[in-house]
Amino acid sequence: MKVAITSTGNSPDSNVDPRFGRCAYFVIYDLEIGSTEFVPNPNKNASSGAGPASVKIVADKGVKKIVSGEFGIKIKSILDSLEIQMIVVKDHKKKVSDIIEMLNH
Amino acid sequence: MSPRRKRTRKIFGPPAIKGLKPSCRGGGITKNEPVFLFLEEYESIKLCDYDLLNHNEASEVMGVSRPTFSRIYSAARQKVALAFVEVREIVVEGGKVYYDSAWFICNSCGCDFNHHNLEMNPDNCPLCGSNDISNVTSKEICEVGKCVCTKCGEEFEFEQGLNCNKLKCPICGHDICRRQ
Repeated sequence: MKVAITSTGNSPDSNVDPRFGRCAYFVIYDLEIGSTEFVPNPNKNASSGAGPASVKIVADKGVKKIVSGEFGIKIKSILDSLEIQMIVVKDHKKKVSDIIEMLNH
Repeated sequence: MSPRRKRTRKIFGPPAIKGLKPSCRGGGITKNEPVFLFLEEYESIKLCDYDLLNHNEASEVMGVSRPTFSRIYSAARQKVALAFVEVREIVVEGGKVYYDSAWFICNSCGCDFNHHNLEMNPDNCPLCGSNDISNVTSKEICEVGKCVCTKCGEEFEFEQGLNCNKLKCPICGHDICRRQ
């Protein structure tokens, strides 16, 4: 199963991005093979519609869970219809590597 | 004539904030009564001033009419102003709300997560795998339905459609009113 984590940078030491639609990078982590892929977000500076466009990027990768700090209201219904689970991390100081470690519980 | 029933307002999920405490001039803790900011009022401030929606769009998100949304929003602003001016604590709780999917909180890592299968509850946190999770969807709904005795301060459950102004406190016999 694949999990998307929003990241502020392109290394595992970057912090989790508190925003989903306009995060800098998506980290696509595969739980079965343990691979990570960093996908830059083209909607980083979009003025509107960043959320649905970002959902499309991660949904095309076959992601079933998204870990982020905050989800906008426009994407809630899209994620529900795609049955993608939202995980809200309130501690924004957490690193991507910490999240991956927690996912491998 | 009894008033119309309140529509339940749809909100996105449980807010991360439980409340705000004022920092008083000269230090110390305020002894004033806290202001109860309902969950729908918190959501209205979030939709309008954080997500920058207009009232029409925001009312559709919450599943209420545009005038009702504006009333919720103005009530929210009045409560925030009240807390600022009278140095009162803000407590975010209560309100007639529902979440459109089940939300859970993990007590071990502190994350929130939703679950799509409403019939089956999850056993573990999807992030850290801990089974110390609690459902936030069911316990916070409809706390506005509380009445309080004007004399002894005892709280009672409020039944929908019941006029509590005509009821008496079962303990001391005084009038009771809705919790403000």
